[in-house]
Amino acid sequence: MARIELQSIAKSYGSVEVLRDINLTIEDGEFIVLVGPSGCGKSTLLRMIAGLEPISGGEFTIDGRRMNEVPPRDRDMAMVFQSYALYPHMDVARNMGFSLEIRKAAAEDRQSKIQGAAKTLGLTGLKERLPKQLSGGQRQRVAMGRAIVRDPSAFLFDEPLSNLDAALRVEMRLEIARLHQRLEATMIYVTHDQVEALTLADRIVVLNGGDIQQVGTPLDLYERPANKFVAQFIGSPTMNVLRAEAKGDSIALSGGTRIQVEGDVPASGVSELGIRPEHIHVAGSEAAQFSGRAELVEHLGSDTNIHVQVDGIGPFLVREHGHVPVNTGDEVGLFIDPEKVHLFAEDGRSLR
Amino acid sequence: MSALRKSSPLAVTGKYLALAFYLTFALFPLYWLAKIAVTPDKLIFSEGTAMVPSSFTFENFRTVLIATDFLSYFKNSLIVSLGTAAITTCVAAAAGYAFSRFDFRGKRLVIALMLITQMFPLLMIIAPIYKIVAAVGLLNSLTSLIIVYTAFNVPFATFLMQSFFDGIPKDLEEAGMIDGCTRFEALRKIILPLTLPGLGATLGFIFTAAWSELLFALMLINSNDTMTFPVGLLTFVSKFSVDWGQMMAAGVLALVPSCLFFIFIQRYLVQGLTSGAVKG
Amino acid sequence: MMSTTKPAPGKPRARPSFYFRYLVEPYLYISPAFVLIALVMLVPLVIGVSYAFQSVSLLRPFETGWVGTENFQALWTDRKFWLALKNTFWWTLGSIFFQFFLGLGLALLLNTHFYGKRLVQALVFLPWAVPTFLSALTWAWLFNPTIGPLPHWLAALGILSEPYNILGDPDLAMWGPITANVWFGIPFFAITLLAALQSIPGELYEAAEIDGATAWQSFTKITLPFLAPMIAITVMLRTIWIANFADLIFVMTGGGPANSTQILSTYIFTTAFRKLDFGYASAIAVALLVLLLIYAVILLVLRRRLVKI
Repeated sequence: MARIELQSIAKSYGSVEVLRDINLTIEDGEFIVLVGPSGCGKSTLLRMIAGLEPISGGEFTIDGRRMNEVPPRDRDMAMVFQSYALYPHMDVARNMGFSLEIRKAAAEDRQSKIQGAAKTLGLTGLKERLPKQLSGGQRQRVAMGRAIVRDPSAFLFDEPLSNLDAALRVEMRLEIARLHQRLEATMIYVTHDQVEALTLADRIVVLNGGDIQQVGTPLDLYERPANKFVAQFIGSPTMNVLRAEAKGDSIALSGGTRIQVEGDVPASGVSELGIRPEHIHVAGSEAAQFSGRAELVEHLGSDTNIHVQVDGIGPFLVREHGHVPVNTGDEVGLFIDPEKVHLFAEDGRSLR
Repeated sequence: MSALRKSSPLAVTGKYLALAFYLTFALFPLYWLAKIAVTPDKLIFSEGTAMVPSSFTFENFRTVLIATDFLSYFKNSLIVSLGTAAITTCVAAAAGYAFSRFDFRGKRLVIALMLITQMFPLLMIIAPIYKIVAAVGLLNSLTSLIIVYTAFNVPFATFLMQSFFDGIPKDLEEAGMIDGCTRFEALRKIILPLTLPGLGATLGFIFTAAWSELLFALMLINSNDTMTFPVGLLTFVSKFSVDWGQMMAAGVLALVPSCLFFIFIQRYLVQGLTSGAVKG
Repeated sequence: MMSTTKPAPGKPRARPSFYFRYLVEPYLYISPAFVLIALVMLVPLVIGVSYAFQSVSLLRPFETGWVGTENFQALWTDRKFWLALKNTFWWTLGSIFFQFFLGLGLALLLNTHFYGKRLVQALVFLPWAVPTFLSALTWAWLFNPTIGPLPHWLAALGILSEPYNILGDPDLAMWGPITANVWFGIPFFAITLLAALQSIPGELYEAAEIDGATAWQSFTKITLPFLAPMIAITVMLRTIWIANFADLIFVMTGGGPANSTQILSTYIFTTAFRKLDFGYASAIAVALLVLLLIYAVILLVLRRRLVKI
């Protein structure tokens, strides 16, 4: 059981700062996802928690105990690597039991734990195989089995699903979610895939350029992003962002079009307006706030994505539920849902 | 590469002729060595240029092994080559591991120094080495040869080992460290078993190099008791310059260890080449 | 060293070996190699260079001391040195030329499919495993008309007027060691070039074939450009290596007859080994080192200009 605390953690390589002033408390049993574009420092942060990278500054504690200088083997954490990192010269059973072997656990105890993990993960028939004789999905399971066997105080996952194909990824995602429910252990999960983040996390930590952008539940991040980066990073397809300006209680877009907004509009400082594709709707001429030409229409069955070019404002992505009878080249009227409008300041900060 | 292209019969014949040429060129000298070694003394001159002798004998081998210091040379060379190969491989594995896994202050400097040692004429240091070895009283000792050969071979062996370590993902020992190993335990239990082919190849390379080194051995050794094979054989040549059969027999015997090692390395060499091809 | 790592001020808890190990561990791994190389190669190298400016001769033990550039002045007027320099040039050029082209040919052959390839490959690489002194002796014997067939064959082909030992003929002697060197060196080029050949993606040849390229065009437009960087680096390293390579000549001819096969490296060795004149030997070595450095610099500059990859 572990409550993990990071206090103004920093990491630098020589003069290059990779992470600065990271503050985060992870409650016991929580599923935390670190997400961000590549190079944001999320993997480095995870590796610092694991003890694979030295911490340059700040304090890292588990249950109040300072861990900065503790070597990885004494941190009681298990890690699942992106490459799985299975030991190629050991069979599945020995791979899973290696940590117990190192700790000199009794043989029966080891066997029963390996057996238990193999059963949970459906690996019972594969125990004598070598990693190279396994499929990608099976290797992934062995890597997870290796972590489960140890019964660690926290699980660390470093992009564990990115080497799998799409269907397998969904399946393993569910498996990890089930595992978390069953074990109720603290889990820290790094990914660049926001779908994994949104579906798995109790709380998501969005990182960019070495800083924490926002920490919150998936819904928090979707509905109340702290800034333009989070707004555009979370949610698929990406939020539309347009230049805008506050004019009294409405917002003026660059083409002069005015948009009514539900609630208060800050008097000054508004620089951009953000609206998610699912919050713009195709409208008849009387409801439409402005109109444009459909440049590309993607019929996905469940949804229809319409890329609209609006003169003076720019390109828009509109997402409608179900099938919408719009064809490429059509003139489309658009209506922005006034409750769902986001406003950003010059520096990207969210204003509402 | 040109599996799809239809080869003309002329090209195919040319190819096999070329292969035959290379094979003959490579093997003929060795064949000749073996042929004279098994030719009875009295036939050596009368059948000097015959491709196959009319009768065989192993008398030359027997004489060389029993009546000469050959066995002593052989033993000395074996001690020096095995000692050099073992020590070099250990030292180079450690250094190669450091190059492959760590970033440390001075790394580039050490690499540059190692590259320099590969560029300058080794003969340049033959005089200083002689004086140093003489000063510490190690002339005519196998120890001095082992130390000198080890130093000569460490840079190349280090780069070789580094490339083998580079081929093993860093994740593996990190996984080991998280599973409860110290770094050294992870190196021993996870990385070294995976580098065995690399260690074998390095051992083989260094053994062969040490087995055939001549000039430094000639400089540092002049007592018959501690002569290595090349030195011994060379003095053998000048002592008994008429006994061709015995010299050739000694030559064949000198060839045995390095050929054994070559066959041993060859597997990894071909493996290394083809695994690259499979990936590509 | 361990005892001097005090806990940093303001940090109440003792700092265990974690950071210490991160900092010190690589040096533990590297130090045996470094100490060996420094003591056995770098220190003697510096001493060797300093010998070039001293009189160090074991045969004249009382005439030691700094002599400035005296050794180099002697070198400048030494006819043997200039002859050895010329011989070094021909020895290196002849060896590298045949080694490279025959090695390339072998690599191309081994990159095709044929029956028994693995065995053939093992056999043609065998000369590489033969100890140098033994290659030298074997070839010396092959060139000896009493014991070897080569002079008889050469005479039968009309190249020699009668079967005599070319190693004793000042005009032809150099071809002996060069032949042995070519025999010994082909596998090295074949192995490195074969590895490079096999790393060329097969799709490139298929694409070229679809585009209608002939075999020759595929070779010049795909194979050669891909091999070029590898060729440049191996030829450079090998040239330096061959120029320094004294064993073959020393065993086969000892530099004779009449110094016709004396190259700089054998000259260094005989000066040190037979005359025990370490000062003069070191001066020759320094001269050789400087020449090789100039060569390497020229080649690296050319490579940067010519090879785009």
